[in-house]
Amino acid sequence: MARVVVDVMPKPEILDPQGKAVLGALPRLGFDLVTDVRQGKRFELQVDGEITDAVLAEIERVAGTLLSNPVIEDYEVHVEEHSVAEVAHEAGRA
Amino acid sequence: MKVGVVTFPGSLDDVDARRAVRIGGNEAVALWHGDEGLQGVDAVVLPGGFSYGDYLRCGAISRFAPVMTAVIEAAGKGMPVLGICNGFQILCESHLLPGALIRNDHRKFVCRDQRLRIERVDTPWTSAYAAGAEVTIVLKNGEGGYVADEATLDRLEGEGRVVARYLDDNPNGSLRDIAGVSNERGNVVGLMPHPEHAVEDLTGPGTDGLGFFTSLAEKAFA
Repeated sequence: MARVVVDVMPKPEILDPQGKAVLGALPRLGFDLVTDVRQGKRFELQVDGEITDAVLAEIERVAGTLLSNPVIEDYEVHVEEHSVAEVAHEAGRA
Repeated sequence: MKVGVVTFPGSLDDVDARRAVRIGGNEAVALWHGDEGLQGVDAVVLPGGFSYGDYLRCGAISRFAPVMTAVIEAAGKGMPVLGICNGFQILCESHLLPGALIRNDHRKFVCRDQRLRIERVDTPWTSAYAAGAEVTIVLKNGEGGYVADEATLDRLEGEGRVVARYLDDNPNGSLRDIAGVSNERGNVVGLMPHPEHAVEDLTGPGTDGLGFFTSLAEKAFA
Protein backbone atom coordinates (compact mmCIF):
# COMPACT_ATOMS: atom_id res chain seq x y z
CA MET A 1 0.00 0.00 0.00
CA ALA A 2 1.27 3.45 -0.85
CA ARG A 3 0.42 6.87 0.44
CA VAL A 4 -0.13 10.11 -1.44
CA VAL A 5 -0.64 13.36 0.41
CA VAL A 6 -2.66 16.26 -0.89
CA ASP A 7 -2.14 19.62 0.82
CA VAL A 8 -4.83 22.23 0.23
CA MET A 9 -4.35 25.89 1.18
CA PRO A 10 -6.44 29.01 0.74
CA LYS A 11 -5.01 31.14 -2.08
CA PRO A 12 -2.79 33.95 -0.78
CA GLU A 13 -5.27 36.64 -1.80
CA ILE A 14 -8.20 34.90 -0.06
CA LEU A 15 -8.95 35.98 3.49
CA ASP A 16 -8.35 33.14 5.97
CA PRO A 17 -10.42 33.95 9.07
CA GLN A 18 -9.43 30.68 10.78
CA GLY A 19 -5.73 31.38 10.36
CA LYS A 20 -6.29 34.90 11.67
CA ALA A 21 -8.07 33.54 14.75
CA VAL A 22 -5.16 31.20 15.46
CA LEU A 23 -2.64 34.00 14.95
CA GLY A 24 -4.61 36.18 17.34
CA ALA A 25 -4.49 33.53 20.05
CA LEU A 26 -0.71 33.01 19.97
CA PRO A 27 0.48 36.19 21.74
CA ARG A 28 -1.97 35.55 24.54
CA LEU A 29 -0.20 32.23 25.07
CA GLY A 30 3.21 33.87 25.08
CA PHE A 31 4.22 32.74 21.57
CA ASP A 32 5.73 35.82 19.95
CA LEU A 33 7.74 34.48 17.01
CA VAL A 34 4.92 33.62 14.61
CA THR A 35 4.01 36.51 12.35
CA ASP A 36 1.36 34.89 10.16
CA VAL A 37 -0.82 31.76 10.10
CA ARG A 38 -2.64 30.27 7.16
CA GLN A 39 -4.81 27.25 7.86
CA GLY A 40 -5.31 24.58 5.23
CA LYS A 41 -6.09 20.89 4.96
CA ARG A 42 -3.96 17.79 4.58
CA PHE A 43 -5.40 14.65 3.01
CA GLU A 44 -3.59 11.31 3.40
CA LEU A 45 -4.75 9.02 0.61
CA GLN A 46 -3.99 5.30 0.49
CA VAL A 47 -3.69 3.61 -2.87
CA ASP A 48 -3.16 -0.02 -3.79
CA GLY A 49 0.08 -1.04 -5.48
CA GLU A 50 2.86 1.13 -6.82
CA ILE A 51 2.61 4.84 -7.31
CA THR A 52 2.79 5.29 -11.04
CA ASP A 53 2.34 8.36 -13.21
CA ALA A 54 -1.21 7.17 -13.89
CA VAL A 55 -1.94 7.00 -10.15
CA LEU A 56 -0.53 10.48 -9.61
CA ALA A 57 -2.52 11.82 -12.55
CA GLU A 58 -5.70 10.44 -11.01
CA ILE A 59 -4.84 11.90 -7.59
CA GLU A 60 -4.31 15.25 -9.32
CA ARG A 61 -7.84 14.99 -10.65
CA VAL A 62 -9.17 14.03 -7.20
CA ALA A 63 -7.39 17.05 -5.74
CA GLY A 64 -8.63 19.45 -8.39
CA THR A 65 -12.18 18.09 -8.54
CA LEU A 66 -13.21 17.37 -4.98
CA LEU A 67 -10.49 18.06 -2.41
CA SER A 68 -9.95 21.68 -3.42
CA ASN A 69 -12.01 24.46 -4.95
CA PRO A 70 -9.83 26.14 -7.58
CA VAL A 71 -11.62 29.44 -7.06
CA ILE A 72 -10.29 29.87 -3.54
CA GLU A 73 -7.67 27.18 -2.93
CA ASP A 74 -4.36 25.83 -4.23
CA TYR A 75 -3.28 22.23 -3.81
CA GLU A 76 -0.08 20.24 -3.91
CA VAL A 77 0.24 16.50 -4.41
CA HIS A 78 3.22 14.58 -3.09
CA VAL A 79 4.17 11.04 -2.22
CA GLU A 80 4.97 10.51 1.42
CA GLU A 81 5.98 7.32 3.13
CA HIS A 82 4.74 8.13 6.62
CA SER A 83 1.46 9.47 7.88
CA VAL A 84 1.43 12.23 10.47
CA ALA A 85 0.25 9.65 13.00
CA GLU A 86 3.28 7.44 12.25
CA VAL A 87 5.69 10.36 12.52
CA ALA A 88 4.14 11.44 15.80
CA HIS A 89 4.40 7.91 17.14
CA GLU A 90 8.04 7.69 16.08
CA ALA A 91 8.77 10.94 17.88
CA GLY A 92 7.11 9.66 21.02
CA ARG A 93 4.28 12.17 20.87
CA ALA A 94 1.57 9.57 20.42
CA MET B 1 -45.40 25.87 -12.36
CA LYS B 2 -44.00 22.81 -10.64
CA VAL B 3 -41.03 23.79 -8.51
CA GLY B 4 -38.77 21.06 -7.15
CA VAL B 5 -37.08 21.63 -3.80
CA VAL B 6 -34.11 19.35 -3.22
CA THR B 7 -33.53 17.84 0.21
CA PHE B 8 -29.93 16.89 0.89
CA PRO B 9 -28.83 15.16 4.10
CA GLY B 10 -28.52 18.17 6.40
CA SER B 11 -30.83 20.54 4.52
CA LEU B 12 -32.76 22.70 6.99
CA ASP B 13 -34.94 25.03 5.00
CA ASP B 14 -36.43 22.65 2.47
CA VAL B 15 -39.84 22.61 4.17
CA ASP B 16 -39.94 26.41 4.45
CA ALA B 17 -38.88 26.66 0.80
CA ARG B 18 -41.69 24.33 -0.30
CA ARG B 19 -44.16 26.38 1.73
CA ALA B 20 -42.87 29.60 0.16
CA VAL B 21 -43.23 28.03 -3.28
CA ARG B 22 -46.90 27.24 -2.53
CA ILE B 23 -47.59 30.69 -1.06
CA GLY B 24 -46.01 32.12 -4.21
CA GLY B 25 -48.65 30.38 -6.28
CA ASN B 26 -46.70 27.40 -7.54
CA GLU B 27 -46.78 23.67 -6.90
CA ALA B 28 -43.97 22.40 -4.67
CA VAL B 29 -42.39 19.03 -5.44
CA ALA B 30 -40.05 17.39 -2.94
CA LEU B 31 -36.90 16.11 -4.62
CA TRP B 32 -34.34 13.88 -2.92
CA HIS B 33 -30.57 14.24 -3.31
CA GLY B 34 -30.34 10.62 -4.47
CA ASP B 35 -32.89 11.09 -7.26
CA GLU B 36 -31.62 10.58 -10.79
CA GLY B 37 -34.31 12.77 -12.38
CA LEU B 38 -36.31 15.90 -11.62
CA GLN B 39 -39.86 14.47 -11.79
CA GLY B 40 -40.80 16.81 -14.60
CA VAL B 41 -40.49 20.03 -12.57
CA ASP B 42 -40.23 23.41 -14.30
CA ALA B 43 -37.81 24.97 -11.82
CA VAL B 44 -35.59 23.91 -8.89
CA VAL B 45 -34.77 25.43 -5.51
CA LEU B 46 -31.66 24.30 -3.63
CA PRO B 47 -32.50 25.24 -0.04
CA GLY B 48 -30.41 26.37 2.89
CA GLY B 49 -28.91 24.25 5.63
CA PHE B 50 -25.74 22.32 6.27
CA SER B 51 -25.79 19.60 3.64
CA TYR B 52 -23.35 16.80 4.47
CA GLY B 53 -22.50 18.70 7.62
CA ASP B 54 -20.57 21.26 5.54
CA TYR B 55 -17.81 18.63 5.47
CA LEU B 56 -14.82 19.39 3.24
CA ARG B 57 -16.29 22.73 2.09
CA CYS B 58 -19.87 23.98 2.18
CA GLY B 59 -21.66 22.44 -0.78
CA ALA B 60 -18.62 20.50 -2.01
CA ILE B 61 -20.08 17.04 -1.49
CA SER B 62 -23.69 17.94 -2.36
CA ARG B 63 -22.45 19.20 -5.69
CA PHE B 64 -21.78 15.57 -6.63
CA ALA B 65 -25.12 14.20 -5.34
CA PRO B 66 -26.93 12.19 -8.04
CA VAL B 67 -29.73 14.76 -8.42
CA MET B 68 -27.21 17.50 -9.19
CA THR B 69 -26.29 15.88 -12.51
CA ALA B 70 -29.87 16.48 -13.65
CA VAL B 71 -29.99 19.97 -12.09
CA ILE B 72 -26.78 21.04 -13.82
CA GLU B 73 -27.97 19.67 -17.16
CA ALA B 74 -31.38 21.37 -16.84
CA ALA B 75 -29.78 24.65 -15.74
CA GLY B 76 -27.65 24.55 -18.87
CA LYS B 77 -30.82 24.32 -20.94
CA GLY B 78 -32.34 27.35 -19.20
CA MET B 79 -34.38 25.86 -16.34
CA PRO B 80 -34.76 28.37 -13.50
CA VAL B 81 -32.62 27.32 -10.51
CA LEU B 82 -32.48 29.26 -7.24
CA GLY B 83 -29.88 28.44 -4.61
CA ILE B 84 -30.45 29.93 -1.19
CA CYS B 85 -27.57 30.10 1.31
CA ASN B 86 -26.23 26.51 1.29
CA GLY B 87 -27.90 26.21 -2.11
CA PHE B 88 -25.87 29.23 -3.29
CA GLN B 89 -22.73 27.48 -2.03
CA ILE B 90 -23.70 24.34 -3.96
CA LEU B 91 -24.25 26.36 -7.16
CA CYS B 92 -20.79 27.93 -6.80
CA GLU B 93 -19.20 24.53 -6.14
CA SER B 94 -21.02 23.23 -9.25
CA HIS B 95 -19.51 26.10 -11.25
CA LEU B 96 -23.02 27.10 -12.32
CA LEU B 97 -22.20 30.43 -10.69
CA PRO B 98 -18.80 32.13 -10.48
CA GLY B 99 -16.99 32.79 -7.21
CA ALA B 100 -17.14 31.06 -3.85
CA LEU B 101 -18.42 31.61 -0.33
CA ILE B 102 -15.98 31.61 2.55
CA ARG B 103 -16.22 32.00 6.32
CA ASN B 104 -17.58 35.36 7.49
CA ASP B 105 -14.71 37.82 7.91
CA HIS B 106 -15.69 38.47 11.55
CA ARG B 107 -15.78 34.66 12.16
CA LYS B 108 -19.17 34.69 13.88
CA PHE B 109 -22.44 33.23 12.72
CA VAL B 110 -24.79 36.05 11.84
CA CYS B 111 -28.57 35.90 12.09
CA ARG B 112 -30.57 39.05 11.49
CA ASP B 113 -33.05 40.92 9.34
CA GLN B 114 -30.99 42.28 6.47
CA ARG B 115 -31.72 45.15 4.12
CA LEU B 116 -30.95 44.42 0.48
CA ARG B 117 -31.25 46.11 -2.86
CA ILE B 118 -32.57 43.94 -5.70
CA GLU B 119 -30.48 44.96 -8.70
CA ARG B 120 -31.23 42.42 -11.42
CA VAL B 121 -34.94 41.99 -12.09
CA ASP B 122 -34.94 40.26 -15.48
CA THR B 123 -34.49 36.80 -13.93
CA PRO B 124 -37.30 34.27 -13.42
CA TRP B 125 -36.74 34.66 -9.66
CA THR B 126 -36.74 38.44 -9.36
CA SER B 127 -39.08 39.73 -12.06
CA ALA B 128 -41.73 40.58 -9.43
CA TYR B 129 -39.44 43.27 -7.99
CA ALA B 130 -38.93 46.78 -9.27
CA ALA B 131 -35.32 47.48 -10.24
CA GLY B 132 -33.52 48.92 -7.24
CA ALA B 133 -36.21 47.74 -4.80
CA GLU B 134 -35.01 47.87 -1.19
CA VAL B 135 -36.23 44.91 0.83
CA THR B 136 -35.65 43.34 4.23
CA ILE B 137 -35.28 39.59 4.49
CA VAL B 138 -33.67 37.18 6.92
CA LEU B 139 -29.96 36.48 6.75
CA LYS B 140 -28.32 33.62 8.66
CA ASN B 141 -24.94 32.23 7.79
CA GLY B 142 -21.49 31.36 9.03
CA GLU B 143 -19.85 31.08 5.63
CA GLY B 144 -21.49 33.76 3.55
CA GLY B 145 -18.54 35.84 2.43
CA TYR B 146 -18.79 36.07 -1.36
CA VAL B 147 -15.39 36.13 -3.05
CA ALA B 148 -14.16 36.07 -6.63
CA ASP B 149 -11.15 37.56 -8.37
CA GLU B 150 -11.26 41.18 -9.47
CA ALA B 151 -11.77 40.32 -13.14
CA THR B 152 -14.78 38.15 -12.30
CA LEU B 153 -16.27 40.83 -10.04
CA ASP B 154 -15.80 43.44 -12.76
CA ARG B 155 -17.46 41.15 -15.28
CA LEU B 156 -20.41 40.48 -12.95
CA GLU B 157 -20.91 44.20 -12.40
CA GLY B 158 -20.41 45.04 -16.08
CA GLU B 159 -22.93 42.45 -17.22
CA GLY B 160 -25.46 43.43 -14.55
CA ARG B 161 -25.33 40.00 -12.93
CA VAL B 162 -25.30 41.18 -9.32
CA VAL B 163 -28.85 40.20 -8.31
CA ALA B 164 -28.85 41.61 -4.78
CA ARG B 165 -26.52 43.73 -2.70
CA TYR B 166 -26.31 44.28 1.06
CA LEU B 167 -27.42 47.69 2.27
CA ASP B 168 -26.36 49.49 5.47
CA ASP B 169 -23.92 46.99 6.91
CA ASN B 170 -22.03 44.26 5.09
CA PRO B 171 -22.84 41.23 7.28
CA ASN B 172 -20.12 38.79 6.25
CA GLY B 173 -17.29 40.46 4.35
CA SER B 174 -18.75 39.75 0.89
CA LEU B 175 -16.73 41.57 -1.75
CA ARG B 176 -18.52 44.62 -3.17
CA ASP B 177 -21.42 43.92 -0.76
CA ILE B 178 -22.68 41.15 -3.06
CA ALA B 179 -25.58 39.15 -1.61
CA GLY B 180 -26.61 37.31 -4.76
CA VAL B 181 -25.46 36.71 -8.33
CA SER B 182 -26.79 35.10 -11.47
CA ASN B 183 -25.36 33.25 -14.42
CA GLU B 184 -25.10 35.02 -17.75
CA ARG B 185 -28.53 33.93 -18.94
CA GLY B 186 -30.16 34.85 -15.63
CA ASN B 187 -31.94 31.53 -15.05
CA VAL B 188 -29.55 30.47 -12.28
CA VAL B 189 -29.58 32.71 -9.21
CA GLY B 190 -27.70 32.27 -5.94
CA LEU B 191 -28.62 34.28 -2.88
CA MET B 192 -27.15 34.20 0.62
CA PRO B 193 -30.15 35.67 2.53
CA HIS B 194 -33.35 33.64 2.94
CA PRO B 195 -36.42 34.96 1.09
CA GLU B 196 -38.35 31.80 2.06
CA HIS B 197 -38.33 33.04 5.67
CA ALA B 198 -39.94 36.34 4.69
CA VAL B 199 -43.18 35.34 3.00
CA GLU B 200 -45.75 35.65 5.81
CA ASP B 201 -46.53 38.41 8.29
CA LEU B 202 -46.88 35.93 11.14
CA THR B 203 -43.18 35.06 11.14
CA GLY B 204 -40.08 36.89 10.00
CA PRO B 205 -39.59 40.55 9.22
CA GLY B 206 -42.40 40.78 6.64
CA THR B 207 -43.22 39.49 3.20
CA ASP B 208 -40.44 41.10 1.18
CA GLY B 209 -39.10 37.66 0.20
CA LEU B 210 -42.28 36.60 -1.51
CA GLY B 211 -41.24 38.12 -4.83
CA PHE B 212 -38.65 35.37 -5.32
CA PHE B 213 -41.50 32.86 -5.38
CA THR B 214 -44.21 34.85 -7.19
CA SER B 215 -41.87 35.85 -10.03
CA LEU B 216 -42.14 32.33 -11.45
CA ALA B 217 -45.93 32.44 -11.46
CA GLU B 218 -45.89 35.80 -13.22
CA LYS B 219 -43.60 34.31 -15.79
CA ALA B 220 -45.85 31.28 -16.25
CA PHE B 221 -48.98 33.36 -16.84
CA ALA B 222 -47.30 36.12 -18.85
